[in-house]
Parts: sequence; structure tokens; C-alpha cells
Amino acid sequence: MKQRTNLTTLGLSILLGTSCLVTGANPCEASPSAAANVTVDGSSTVFPISEAVAEEFQRANKGIGVTVGVSGTGGGFKKFVAGEVDIVDASRPIKASEIELAQKNGIAFIELPIAYDALSIVVNKKNTWVDSLTTAELKKIWAPESQGKVMKWSDIRAGFPDKPLHLFGPGTDSGTFDYFTDAIVGKEDASRGDYTSSEDDNVIVTGVSGDEGALGYFGVAFYEANKSKLKVVAIDDEKPENGAGPQAPTTENVAQSLYSPLSRPLFIYVRTESLNRPEVAQFVSFYLSNVSSLSSEVGYIPLPDSVYAKVQGRYTAKVAGTLFEGKTTKVGTTLEQLLQSATKG
Amino acid sequence: MEALRAHDHFPEVRPAPQPAPRKRPLLARPGAERLFIFLARFIIASALVVLVALIGDVAIDGAARLHLDFFLNFPSRKAENAGILAAWTGSLWLLLLTISFALPLGIGAAVYLEEYGKKNRFAKLLELCIANLAGVPSVIYGILGLQVFVRTLGFERSLLSGALTLALLVLPIIIMATREALRTVPKGYREGALALGATKWQTVWTQVLPVALPGIATGCILAFSRAIGETAPLITLGALTYVAQVPDSIFSPFTALPIQAFNWLSRPQTEFHTNAAAAITVLLTFMIALNLIAIVIRAKFQKRQR
Repeated sequence: MKQRTNLTTLGLSILLGTSCLVTGANPCEASPSAAANVTVDGSSTVFPISEAVAEEFQRANKGIGVTVGVSGTGGGFKKFVAGEVDIVDASRPIKASEIELAQKNGIAFIELPIAYDALSIVVNKKNTWVDSLTTAELKKIWAPESQGKVMKWSDIRAGFPDKPLHLFGPGTDSGTFDYFTDAIVGKEDASRGDYTSSEDDNVIVTGVSGDEGALGYFGVAFYEANKSKLKVVAIDDEKPENGAGPQAPTTENVAQSLYSPLSRPLFIYVRTESLNRPEVAQFVSFYLSNVSSLSSEVGYIPLPDSVYAKVQGRYTAKVAGTLFEGKTTKVGTTLEQLLQSATKG
Repeated sequence: MEALRAHDHFPEVRPAPQPAPRKRPLLARPGAERLFIFLARFIIASALVVLVALIGDVAIDGAARLHLDFFLNFPSRKAENAGILAAWTGSLWLLLLTISFALPLGIGAAVYLEEYGKKNRFAKLLELCIANLAGVPSVIYGILGLQVFVRTLGFERSLLSGALTLALLVLPIIIMATREALRTVPKGYREGALALGATKWQTVWTQVLPVALPGIATGCILAFSRAIGETAPLITLGALTYVAQVPDSIFSPFTALPIQAFNWLSRPQTEFHTNAAAAITVLLTFMIALNLIAIVIRAKFQKRQR
């Protein structure tokens, strides 16, 4: 009896003791840990690129910590305009409302395009009838007014078989959805609702690969990783200046701006003030000089070298602000043209 | 916990006092008990099969990656080099910190409410509130933690913020489990001690708590094994996904096993899915180990008491 009591008392006092020790550290002295830190947050699409750069950067610069979070492009900007992170990963340009908040909080930023993503349209491997679609046909498939009407492949184009059409796509919170609806339907977030949506693109892969009448879309990295299970559809925007005929989402087509309008640029936004800290400046320089090879390694498409040169120039000159005037996309204008006009203006 | 103890209180099955009438209700017919036992066994077996299949499937998927490097490497863009060093150390720190915040507070609160506090209407209301808090979705605690610990108190997205948030999450569970355990201590123990001249403090400390300890320990360990598997509040809080450093203070940035697994699962490459399976296996093993400890503690203390 006595022994038991002592043991219990001892156990409880140890627990209480440790907790006092831990809580005893004065929380008011909260300070960043000794190692210098660069904080990155934002888009899950851009995450693999930032992760790759951070990994290589830390290998080359011991002692500087880089952390990358995933809270979505919108969530990332929220933290960025509140001054909580140095860099935000973004799969779309900054919105007008976010610019407003940044100005209110006195946050100046530099916008740096870092790579392309190509939204890929995929169908089942057994689908023999479709090799390409025009953007007009895509609009016919995905427009809100097609809900309940375009239900069979034969509704899309005369000559397609009379088979049911099953659609798969990302959920409405995703940046991919924002871009796709804007580029194809012509209005951001305008889409039919009777499709299988998932925040996890792997669900779309599984869905399309198991259903003969399926069609879905997502970033090119998911097609590249599942090439054996899916068939990609070439897209024709019927504008000869972007290359005549249908174009597949290949590295060459995207780099030459032929895969239009479904190539989208990916960005990082850097807080200008953070660049006064040498570790942040060092990290961003490292990012720009290595992102070309690292982005293709993780499944994205690097920008052409000429564009990287312009982006580098923009960074060196610390040009603040956005090229996109708060809009989600500038469909039809290439990054190069945008950067060009910015240098002239 | 209740379910585990329930069999102690079951009354013994008594034979029917009178010869059965001709038309007996369905459940009183001779085959009914056997049928019930068969059904109960079948249900337990199917639950176990599902559990084993789930763990087995994940373990088989992840087995290829389960070697020492996996535990010693930081995350990487190359799936075969990626490891969970930052994640498991982060999870371990989180667990220890959460325990040290929630355990004294939770047990203390329960002892007060059960042994010292007046049993009035306010106490009833308080009990209701605590029970409700135990049912609040974990993501709500994440939002609370983000506002209170990260923003207002300025702890940033550190281990401290994460652990305090998880501590809030498990506090109601611990308080309820502890009160439940204290209630099972027979009143006679308290009265006996008091009658022998012990003070209230001595009674609680040397009689009530030791007897209730197995119940308290089981409840607490179950609560902490829930905390270690939580993802939603940590993601809301803004826990990081890529961290290439082992936490060295309570203000370090951190990531945790479930977050790492979640991120790997959302990647396109199947190699990362294998990593996710391996990380989940580690997490599950850890949780099973925690639950085993709970069972061992329980068995040990119960034996000692008899």
C-alpha cells in the first residue's frame, strides 16, 4: 500500500515538474530561433517547386533555414499581405482585393513568374474517338448552361459515338478551377455543376482511368505521372497565330506559347522589405538561377531563357507591383509580351 | 473506457424463475442467446478484419520505404531520398508539450470539479459545456489557436502554438475521462480515510487518485493518441509542410507526421504515395504502441490493487 502511494506521488510530481519546466520558459521572449529563416507559404501547385529549391538551397547554405507551408494561393496571400511570410507561392496573379490589402498594410512586393503549368485535358485510354478538341467544344462541355444538356459525346461533335459523357474536375476552391473557367468559359468560376469534383487530383486520375466515357482536367504534372493510365487531348484554339491546328501540352508547345489558352504561369511574390535580410535575398537569387532545371524535374515547364532573363532583370531592379492589374489571367498575351511592355513603360 | 469496465458490473445471469409459458417472446426463445453470441462475434470479427486489412494494406504499400534512412532524412523532391525526420521529431515534441500542458491542467480541473467543487447548478452547466467542447470539430480549435496563440499572443507558427492548440483540443476529453475514473472510486474509501483523520488533500492524494489512476491513464493516453493523429487543427494553424530542421526549442517552426503524409498523398507521383503509406504506417504503429501502454498501465495497477 505504502509503496504504491509513493510511486503514484512520484509519477504525478514528475509530470507536474516537467510541465512547470516547460511552461517556465518565458513566452514573452518569443524570438525566431538562432538560425536565420526564410518563410515561404501558399499554393499547393507551386509547393513542389519551392520545396525543390529550398532543398538545394539548404544543401548549399548550411545554417539558413527555409520553411515552406501549403495554405493555398488565397491563404498564402492572406498571410503575405499581413506581413507574416517573406515569399508567397501563387498559381495565379495577385487579385485587386489582395493588392488593396497589401497597400493598406504597407507591404510592397515583387512579382516573379517562375514556371509554366499546362492544364491538361485527359480522357480514358479506351477512348478511340477523340484526339483533339477545340476551345469552343471545351466551352460547350463545361459552360454552366450545358448542365443537363451536353450529356453524351455525340452532343459535343457530330461523329462522336452516342456514349455517356462523365466529367471530372477540381473543386471550386482550387486555383486550377479559377484559371480553367476563366480561360475556357470566359468568366471566372462559371462552370456546370454536374461533374465529379475533387480537391485531390489523384481522385480525378482514378475516375478518368476507370471510365470509358470520362473527361477531366488538371495540371500537367498529374498527366506526366499517370501517362500509362490516361490519354491526353490536344487543344485547338482556332487562332493560327498560336500555331495552326490542335496542340498537345508538351514542353515545347508551352514554351513557345502554342498551347494556348491553357498554359498558365506560376509565380512567387517576394516582400520587398524582406530582401533587406541577406538570407532572403540570397534565397530569391538562388531560386531564380535554379528554378529552370528544378521546375522541370518536379513536373512543370520552365519559362524560355529569354523570359527568365527578363524576370531576373525585374528582380535586380526591384520593380514592385503586378503585370496583371489584379486580373486572374491575361489570356492571349504571353509572359514575354507582358514583361516587354513593362520594361518599355 | 466505460465499455471496457462494463462487464464488471453486469449482474449474473439468473435462470428463469418459472417454467416458460408456451408462447414466448422472440428474444426469450432457446436459440436467441446463441444467435446473439454468434452475431456479436461476427461483428467483432468483421471490425477486426477491416482494421487488420487497413493496417496491412498500408504497411505493404509502405514497406519498401521503411528503412533507417526514411527516419533520418528530411523531405525531398526525390521520393526515394525523402524522409520523415522533421515530421516525427515534430510529432514527438508536439506530443510531449501537449502532455505537459494538458495533463496537469486536465487532471487538476477534474479533481477540483469532482472532489472539491460544489455540486450546484453552475457545476452542472460547466459539465455540460465541457461535454460539448469534447464534441467540437477539431478544425474549430485550429481557428481558435490561430487567432489566440499565433496572432494575439505572437507565438507564431511554432511548436508552442501547435501544442497549446492540441492541449485545448484534448483538455475536455481528459477532464471527462478523469472525472469518470474518480467517480468509480467507492465512496467508502474517502469516508474511511476521512474517518481516520486524514485531511481532504491527503484523502485525494493517497487514496482516491491512486485507485483512479488506471482509468485516468487510459483516458489520457487515448486522448493523446488522438492528438498525435490530428491534422486539421495544425493545418488551420498554419503548420508548415517543408521543414528541414529538427525542432530545437518550443519556438521552432515544425511539421508533423499526418501533415507530411497528407502532402505526399496529394502529389502526382506514385513514389510519393508509397512514402505517404510508410509515414502512415509509422504513425499507426506509434498510436498502437501508445494504446498498448494504456492497456499495460491499466493491467498493472489493477493487479496491484487486488
